[in-house]
Amino acid sequence: MILDGKCPSGPLKDKWDNHRRDLKLVNPANKRKYTVLVVGTGLAGASAAATLAELGYNVEAFCYQDSPRRAHSIAAQGGINAAKNYPNDGDSIFRLFQDTIKGGDFRAREANVYRLAQISNNIIDQCVAQGVPFARDYAGYLENRSFGGAQVSRTFFARGQTGQQLLLGAYQAFSRQVQAGKIRVHARTEMLDLVVVDGEAKGITVRNLVTGEVQCHAGDAVVLASGGYVNVYNLSTNAMGSSVTAAWRAHKKGAYFANPCYTQIHPTCIPVTGDHQSKLTLMSESLRNDGRIWVPKNKGDQRPAHQIPEDDRDYYLERKYPSFGNLAPRDIASRAAKQACDAGLGVGSGRGVYLDFADAIERLGEDTIRARYGNLFDMYQRITGEDAYGQPMRIYPALHYAMGGLWVDYNLQSNVPGLFVLGEANFSDHGANRLGASALMQGLADGYFIAPYTIADYLARTEPGKVSIKGDEFRDSAAQVEGLSNKLLAVNGRKTVNDFHRELGHIMWEDVGMARSKESLTAAVEKIPALREEFWNNVRVPGSGADLNQELEKAGRMADYLEFGELLARDALNRDESCGGHFRVEHQTEEGEAVRHDDDFSYVAAWEYGGGEKTPQLHKEPLTFEDIELAVRSYK
Amino acid sequence: MNLTLHVWRQQGPDDKGQLERHQATDVSPDMSFLEMLDEVNEALIKEGREPIVFDHDCREGICGTCSQVINGQPHGPQAETTVCQLHMRQFKDGDEIYIEPWRARAFPVLKDLIVDRTAMDRIVEAGGYVSVSTGGVPDANAILIPKDDADTAMDAAECIGCGACVAACPNGSAMLFVSAKVGQLAKLPQGRPEAASRVCAMTETMLDEGFGNCSNHYECEASCPKGISVKFIAMLNREYLKALPKLKSK
Amino acid sequence: MQLMNLFRSSVGRKLFMACSGLMLAGFVAAHLLGNTTLFAGSAAINAYAEQLHKLGPVLWIFRLGLLGALLVHVTFGIWLTLQNRAAKPMGYAKKAVQSTTLAAETMIYSGLALLAFVVYHLLHFTLRKVGLDPSLFSDAAGQVDVFRMIVLSFKQWPLVLLYTGGLAALFLHLSHGISSTFQTLGACNEQLLPLLRKAGLVAALALLAGYLSIPLLTFFGLVS
Repeated sequence: MILDGKCPSGPLKDKWDNHRRDLKLVNPANKRKYTVLVVGTGLAGASAAATLAELGYNVEAFCYQDSPRRAHSIAAQGGINAAKNYPNDGDSIFRLFQDTIKGGDFRAREANVYRLAQISNNIIDQCVAQGVPFARDYAGYLENRSFGGAQVSRTFFARGQTGQQLLLGAYQAFSRQVQAGKIRVHARTEMLDLVVVDGEAKGITVRNLVTGEVQCHAGDAVVLASGGYVNVYNLSTNAMGSSVTAAWRAHKKGAYFANPCYTQIHPTCIPVTGDHQSKLTLMSESLRNDGRIWVPKNKGDQRPAHQIPEDDRDYYLERKYPSFGNLAPRDIASRAAKQACDAGLGVGSGRGVYLDFADAIERLGEDTIRARYGNLFDMYQRITGEDAYGQPMRIYPALHYAMGGLWVDYNLQSNVPGLFVLGEANFSDHGANRLGASALMQGLADGYFIAPYTIADYLARTEPGKVSIKGDEFRDSAAQVEGLSNKLLAVNGRKTVNDFHRELGHIMWEDVGMARSKESLTAAVEKIPALREEFWNNVRVPGSGADLNQELEKAGRMADYLEFGELLARDALNRDESCGGHFRVEHQTEEGEAVRHDDDFSYVAAWEYGGGEKTPQLHKEPLTFEDIELAVRSYK
Repeated sequence: MNLTLHVWRQQGPDDKGQLERHQATDVSPDMSFLEMLDEVNEALIKEGREPIVFDHDCREGICGTCSQVINGQPHGPQAETTVCQLHMRQFKDGDEIYIEPWRARAFPVLKDLIVDRTAMDRIVEAGGYVSVSTGGVPDANAILIPKDDADTAMDAAECIGCGACVAACPNGSAMLFVSAKVGQLAKLPQGRPEAASRVCAMTETMLDEGFGNCSNHYECEASCPKGISVKFIAMLNREYLKALPKLKSK
Repeated sequence: MQLMNLFRSSVGRKLFMACSGLMLAGFVAAHLLGNTTLFAGSAAINAYAEQLHKLGPVLWIFRLGLLGALLVHVTFGIWLTLQNRAAKPMGYAKKAVQSTTLAAETMIYSGLALLAFVVYHLLHFTLRKVGLDPSLFSDAAGQVDVFRMIVLSFKQWPLVLLYTGGLAALFLHLSHGISSTFQTLGACNEQLLPLLRKAGLVAALALLAGYLSIPLLTFFGLVS
């Protein structure tokens, strides 16, 4: 089936304005009759909940964390882009749009991305008004920096904690509405099912993570802002609780999953030290401005780094990409590191490369390096116990962000009417690759400035309070959720959930990781169902469902990863081209650059759940580009 | 290395709870403290016992979820480091480690090492924000903010809301947490109009939620993983004095 | 309304402690200055005492003010301590202190000891209901020779010991109390706080030395 993204017609720059004019409104007196369920309280969820409540709707907000303030948006370090052009360096809405579309390797919707660039400026104004302490210069004006290879300085930042500050701003706006009685918070509550009544999303089923009680909530619309899914790889920079569960359960109720194979890998993370590893920590990419990346030339060279002479070192990025060198884009740097390690040249545990500051320290002095990166060096020391001023850092790529997600149209509504998907949970704006400092922008654009308009349009066409949790659909949903918990508890096998997560992570990393091939993907599509079967026969989940049971929570998420991982591999297999974060070894230039096939693959792959062991069905939404020319990137 | 753990186990809020001995064997110095507990839990599950439950999420020191008192110190022995960032090389073979939950009346234990910290959310709800709705705000550069003020506001805003200050305070007071928010917003022009009502509402709510009063032990600052200074408590006190002439009780 | 707010807010309650504490500490310093006239000899201190009594109603206003401050300080001190204890119903099996001091942790005990000492001190030197028989240092008309009263008292080692104990409590209390007052009144910042913590300790030490000199020097016969 050909999907329609419902992008408005007309000139690119007028689309959103015209569309807003066409959207229906809800009478102010009627707003309080509507209830919106918001799942997730990160940048997208918290900002949407706060804004909807300010407008007068009743909001029920859900998060698995103990407080809405802890959503993983908080961990974003770098910054947030906006086309303010404060530095007068030639930035504009069109340029931000163009960079974002290009960065996404022409696999995103033009209209969405342009709207994102337009809204970016409002976001900065809003956050400043909330009291977000962005960095300022001595005259009191906002400071900007260039980020992620952009040629203009358009990134606003609050030290290395921009995500934290933006999230706290949204959380505070949210808290104000809790005080006003317009938002009810359900913390430590995990969404485990979407309830669809007469084809429309009208409720959710959740589990109270403290008491274990399964509850249903009915509403007039459902907003999913539940984040990304890269924990399917086991090790990633995501939080331990980040999962695909909310999105996947919605998918199983009919929502299409789009472009799951678009995953982003970040090159500068602290390497894995052993099987005990539970997560990976990212260090700002800015380190590559002064560090030189190398591995020993000889396999099995066990000498400490400083004893390896220059002649025995391979500065492979400088060698392969002489003009960009150590600043080669994220995916290229990541793949090169993996290649070196796969060739047996890795350092430390074998899965790491050196990032060496010796030259920079000699050139600029230790004090300068300390001033630039002191906090990162400290963090590195805390985690590894090594002093990076005296010896090179070890780094390795790690999964970081999911560009794919539930399919949504221009209104951020999924194919299931009444289900709106925001932030990282949807697929909409980043295409095949996300630029630095764009994730925060998208989450807040969706929540503050897009969804409140488009949800109103949906609500205006529906009658408030149409369903109640007494309906059959809710009863069935609760029974299904209870049934799944009981089934997991009853297996009583010999392996823990973590054992399975490690095994799945291994398959995903090796076969569906940075460099994918038809063979590896075909193998993954075979291995994952086998592992899934073993899971259902051999997992051990202790305790009961009527209690705080973290193993049960993990097991439920794991069951979803074991289904979702297969879809991700299938999508990667289907996309027989390389683009952005999706790299198929069959499609590369001699220099290892990705080769797109625009004629065959310039579409969004949206998957419909097949049900049980049936294969999912592919729907395509063609991508057309009217205002921008498709180009090939080069970093030689 | 091998370690002996004394871990607080408590079935639920009404259970009395007690310390339980566990052995952590073959601990690698490269493990984080939580990874060490993960391994203990894996062994417990395989023995058919219930694992130790503890709060954690981002494991990179920013979400503020992890909350354990290790040998009497919230977040353990390393300064300005959350439990999730604490690594086992801080310990040595044969160590005995006491692991207890945050202790305060405002933080009832839910199970084992997990406590309920929603009281902190309610303090923020009482006034820890600028009352601005989405839209209709001036350009971000319309109001200039001196760099020093913006930097001081950021120093305070770094608070991750973990509650270590409350756990460390002999009085179970949340003054450092409250002062960080009051201080951040007091330093910014956007926060000034509501400064008086904010400081009163937040300090009143702090008492209503069962937190104690500050008696200047400064244990909070010593335990804070973000190094928030007690100068913000003095700033809060000043804000309160400034508020007195205009004040109405909530 | 505003007064109610002072009671409702944690900071308001502490302001009562800080302000009353400041008044009491001020008195402690002034009282020491007055008492040092002892070292100038019998005539000086008796003249000082007489001047003080001549103030009449002013003295009483002053005394009532002090009594008020004391009542507020004691009442709020006990109330806030009970509240703080209720806020921390359970401590840690393994205790590790990082920043606080013995003085800060024992404010309620040093405070209560100090209160008991003040009561004794008033009964002793002001009301003269305990200690030596007043006839030993009064003339036939009942006029008290203050110098003689002090010197005779501090020739008794049990009294010297008791006063030393009381003064130790005073020192402990002030060593935390002085800097704490400044913090509560908001007169602190990052640079000032460590200085004030030291200055508070030094001031408390100075007061201790000053006060202790009276019984000790007297006992060892250096005042006569």
